[in-house]
Parts: sequence; C-alpha cells; structure tokens
Amino acid sequence: MARLTVDDLKKIKEEYKSTLTLREGGSRAKITVHMGTCGIAAGARKVMEAVLDEINKNNVKDVIVTNSGCAGLCSKEPMATVEIINEAPVKYVQLNEDKIRKIFKEHVMEGSAVQDYALVVGSETAY
Amino acid sequence: MEKYRTSVMLCGGTGCISGGSLKVKNALTEELIKRELQDEINVVVTGCNGFCAKGPVMTVYPEDIFYEKVTVDDVPVIIEEHFIKGRPVERLLYKEPIKKQTIPLMRDIPFFNLQVLRALRNKGLIDAEKIDEYIARDGYQAAAKALTEMTPEQVINELKRSGLRGRGGAGFPTGMKWELCSRVKGDSKYILCNGDEGDPGAFMDRSIMEADPHVVLEGMIIGARAIGADKGYIYVRAEYPLAVHRLQLAINQAKEYGLLGENILGTGFNLDIEIYLGAGAFVCGEETALMRSIEGKRGMPRPRPPFPAQKGLWDKPSVLNNVETYANIPQIILNGADWYKSLGTEKSTGTKVFALTGAINNVGLIEVPMGIPLRKIIFDIGGGISKGRKFKAVQLGGPSGGCIPEHLLDTPVTYEDIVQTGAIVGSGGMVVMNDLNCMVSVAKFFLEFTTDESCGKCPPCRIGTTVMLDILTNITEGRGKEGYIELLQDISQDIIATSLCGLGQTAPNPVLTTIKYFRDEYESHINEKWCKTGVCKELCTFYVDEEKCKACGACKRVCPQNAISGEKKVPHRIEQSKCIQCRSCYEACKFDSIKIGPRSMREKLMETTDQEALKEIYTAAIAAKEE
Repeated sequence: MARLTVDDLKKIKEEYKSTLTLREGGSRAKITVHMGTCGIAAGARKVMEAVLDEINKNNVKDVIVTNSGCAGLCSKEPMATVEIINEAPVKYVQLNEDKIRKIFKEHVMEGSAVQDYALVVGSETAY
Repeated sequence: MEKYRTSVMLCGGTGCISGGSLKVKNALTEELIKRELQDEINVVVTGCNGFCAKGPVMTVYPEDIFYEKVTVDDVPVIIEEHFIKGRPVERLLYKEPIKKQTIPLMRDIPFFNLQVLRALRNKGLIDAEKIDEYIARDGYQAAAKALTEMTPEQVINELKRSGLRGRGGAGFPTGMKWELCSRVKGDSKYILCNGDEGDPGAFMDRSIMEADPHVVLEGMIIGARAIGADKGYIYVRAEYPLAVHRLQLAINQAKEYGLLGENILGTGFNLDIEIYLGAGAFVCGEETALMRSIEGKRGMPRPRPPFPAQKGLWDKPSVLNNVETYANIPQIILNGADWYKSLGTEKSTGTKVFALTGAINNVGLIEVPMGIPLRKIIFDIGGGISKGRKFKAVQLGGPSGGCIPEHLLDTPVTYEDIVQTGAIVGSGGMVVMNDLNCMVSVAKFFLEFTTDESCGKCPPCRIGTTVMLDILTNITEGRGKEGYIELLQDISQDIIATSLCGLGQTAPNPVLTTIKYFRDEYESHINEKWCKTGVCKELCTFYVDEEKCKACGACKRVCPQNAISGEKKVPHRIEQSKCIQCRSCYEACKFDSIKIGPRSMREKLMETTDQEALKEIYTAAIAAKEE
C-alpha cells in the first residue's frame, strides 16, 4: 500500500463513504454485528456466523455484513444494527442464532422489521 | 437579533445535502423574497439532524412540525399552505412506517437522546479493523491539519482553550500538560497513552480501544506534534486481548499508510508507536509507576518533582494521557475549542464517558455532557434500579472514589461538584447500588482491593490500609468496638497525608464517604451487632413477619437448607439452627414478610422451642422495628 498524502486521505474518505452510507454503495442493506468484548462474550460470534450462513444459503449479493465495537448497551448484547437503504437503522438486542435468522428473513429479505427483537429505530450519529 | 415569527431549521448534514437540501434552501429563500416574507420567516441551515434516511428534512418552529424528503417543488406549497395559511402540509409530515409503530425512535428513548457522542462517535458505526472506514469518518484529518496547517503552539493553544481535562481521573488540564513538556528542551521526547484501566467495573477505555483504535493513534500523533516527540508507547493491560489485537492491527495499518513511522503524510514528521503490555498491577495506572514499568522495572511510583514533563520515561520529557483524553483530541482540532466548550460547564467542558454498572436496568457505556445531574444518568439513561428495588448509593471513581447517597443525586457531574461530595469523577466507573447493599461491606470491598494493589513502597499505604481492612473485617464479623469509626477516620487522614501517590492518597475515600453518609450503618454494626441488609452473615437473623406472610411457599422453595417450614395457609417459619443467612428467602419474598433482625435475636430464638415464646419474640421485634 502506498504512503498517503493529505489529498489521499480525502480520496479514501470519498471512496469509503459508500460502505458507511448505503446511498452511494449499490447495496440494499447493511447488517452490523456489534462485536466488542461484551458482545462476543454474550454470543455475537454465533450471530455473525448465522448471518453469513444465511447470506451464503440464499446467495444474497446486495447486503453488506460488517462488525463493529460495543454499541453501548452491554446488558442487551448480542446486538445488531440493520439498515435498509432509505430507511432508518433498527437496533436489535439480545440476539441468538434463531433470532437473527428470523430478522434476516423478515427484515432484510422481506422488508418488515421484527418488532419483538427490536429496541429502537434511528441513528445515534450527531453529525 | 431580529425577531421572526417562524424559523425553518433545514438540515445541512452531508446526508441531506447529497439529497438536495441546499437547493431546497435556495428555493425557500427565493420564494420567501418573492412573497416578501423574508423578514418574518427565517431559514437556518443546521448540522445533521440524524434522521438522514428521510432527508432532506426540516423542522418548522414554533410549531415543531417535522417535514421529511422535502424537494424544490414542495417549497411553494409549504410556503403557501403552511407559512401563509397555517396548515401544515400533511403529505410531507413524518410518517411512522406502519409495521414499525411499536419500535420507538431513538430520540424518544432517554438512553439515547440524553447522550452526546464525541469520544465514542465511531462506536458501533465503523469496522474497527479497517482503517479506511475510520478515514471515511474524518479520520486522520485532524492529524493532517495539525501537521500541515498548525504550529505546535497553535495546537497547544487550541487544547488549552478547549478546557479539556485528563479523563483518567485526576482532571489535569491537557493543554497545560502539553505546554509544560513542549517548553522543555530535549533531543528525544515520549508521547504515552495510559490504557491501564484498573478500576473495578470500569470499561470505558477498553471500549474505545476496541471500537475505534485509530482515534487513539491520531490523538497521540497530534500530541507528539505538539510536544515534539518521535516515539510513543501505549500501555495496555494484558487482560484486554481484543483491545491489544485491534490496536496492533491499527498501528500496522497506519504504518502502511505512512500515518505512522517516518515522514508522516509527507510532512517530514516522524512518530513510532509501540504497545507495551501491562501485567495487571493497579498501581501501574499511576504515571510514574507506568513509566518505570515500560522501562522494564518493577512498577512503583516515584516522587514528583521532577514531573514527567521534565523527566519521564528513561528520564526524557514525556507526556502521558488517558485513552479517552486522546479520543477527544482529533475532534477538538477539527472543530475548534469553541465547539468543544459549547457543552459542559465553565471548568468542566465537553463530555465524559461513563461505564454504568451495578443494580441498574441499562448496564452499558454512555457519553454525556458534563454538568448533567447524577439523577438523570441513573434514572433516565440508566433506566432506574433493576428488579424494582430502591436506590441506595452510587459509587464514582472506583477505589479512589466514594459513595454518593440519594439526597445528593442532583449534584451535577463536574470535577468541582463531585469532589464536594467526597467522591471523584474519576475515570468513569459508575457503580449503582440498591437497598440490598451493606455500605460497610462496600467499603470493605474497595479496601480489600487497595490493600491488594498497594505496591508496598510507602508504609502508610501498605500498613495503613491493612489495618483499616482488619478493623472493617472486625466490624462486619461482629467484633466491632466503640471508637472504631473515629479510629478509621484517623488512620484515613494519616494515609492521605503521607502517601506518595494517588493510590494511597485516595484509598481511604470509600471508607470516609460511607462513614459520612451511612454512619448509622456502621453504628448498628458496632453497637447492635446488626447488619440491616443481611449481608454480614454474623450480624443478622432472618425471620418471618407472620402477620404479613401469605404462606405462598416462595421462600420455602428457594431455601437451600430446607430451613423453612409451613404448609399452605399456615404462616412460614425459619428454623434458626439450619439457617445460613444466605438471604435467598428475603429476596424471593414478594410480600415483604421476611425480616432481618439483629444477631441477638437469633440466640434468643434458638434458646426456646415453645411456639408461644417464639411468637412473642417475633411480635416484639416487629413492634420495635415499627417504632
């Protein structure tokens, strides 16, 4: 990888925005599994595996899967955030394999959020 | 300022701008001028509203009408219908998606809406193992700014003006620390990061290092630029494997990108950063001990002066800051001191991260503006006390801090106000305790910790805390004597006055604050041999208030000793010879009919088997309690 200049930073920023904001990415949805120590201890790894398994099984090409750190509400881990393009993100709590599979089927594939497992809708980012 | 009858807050965040909000703004301005409303209606472009998915969004005040997905074509309609005729345009109003009705919005949930994320701005948003995602969220822009557009003096001045204070606990102004070190001449200097988070129940720094490791590196680059360091260490406890792994990945990635190493970003500035693993000694969080530990020696504090700014690691000028402090710095450089100061109070600016744990519903990691009252943190963000129990105290600042009782819950969280209570803001551990906690035992717990972790260098700390622990153990095991409280206070003062480092100087705080606010508990332990919470097993008797008992059998089912007798509709009774004071029955009872009496009662109960006599003892105890 080449050493960066200040201008390169801006280029990377523009390029990688797409993975952070679905709008420009060509993907339809993004699933973030929160994998801090608390999440992993509560079973986030299994949740992640289940998501990847669903994606492979269904041959899904337009969904981004990523992991991230602790979402802050450690007592409700494992957590995942599901973002569908043009919709506010939904945070799901206290997940396990079966729950995330249901979420994948109903929310990601069929477009309706699974109320029973959802905590909140919206984004925390202030700017 | 001119007065307007209506203000239109149009979102100008990146999301809404890419959705066309600036075109909407131009259209609004033109249309308002056309209709000569420009003096009545004000259009303000705001920062990101947060609801980017529905952008461009705008809010109309004073009515607080929220419009979503506004286009240029909607502008004449809004002005005609809403601003002139006073009828909000229904088709543009925010609609709750039908299927999501029962999922609340973030802004409706106190856990989210009272928080302001700065140090934690990337938490849960980026993949911590991908540097590009960090860069996409303005990462390393501040380092670039500090290296190319600012002199070290300007960096230091910006920090000084921001009012940022060390987030590790002591609250020393960061800008001042940097300035002291920058003035010292030296061929090599060190920039150090303290990730030796050791307070029981605290995990702020771990979360930052795990979720956003690059922000720590960027903060250190800026610090190195300010003081003129070319070498840095991050001291992390080995018990944080994921944090260490992600930090190391981050360092490798930054090196590959030329953001660490030689000639950073082509500016000629050099900085190498290494991770140093701590072996988990609490005292190594103290700055001079930490430096000795990196040098490969036994981690023990040394006297100051000379301060590390003059003679630190390997006797070279060094600056040590906490993980959370570094996490704040890039944002201050990018957005300026005034932006940072806009939150918090005059002397405690910005935000603080807290690890909220204990008997609370929403255990987690939160970031709040300084100055927020404790009550708001515990009851709104924290969702109140779990299992419907009562709040008793909140412990701030770990083993160096203290317990704050209910009547002081309106204390704003600032460095100055919290110190008034006898506790400290500390690094951010916040342990909430309910009415099942015995405060003498809580003090004993923290003292066990400091006794264990005292490095042994200063006798007052090494011996003093051990003596205090002995006294507390005596009190909790029924050997308390009159004068013990005063003796504890006395020893505390000596330890505080004569210890070298912060560990000893603050170790008595948990004892002093519990004596200050819960003296009655110490007194009943000593004088009546009575632990009213039933924690101290030697100082309590569990019995049933037979008037209140509904004979439901809940206590009987949980008793591990089968010590509870009683059939349906017959009040239950605890057989004292079998009871091991585990408190299971007390917690299981839904009718508040299990009571806790003093030790002496148990002896009386065991002396007799006569049913009438037993009943008399119960009645007398309950009557005494009600008095």
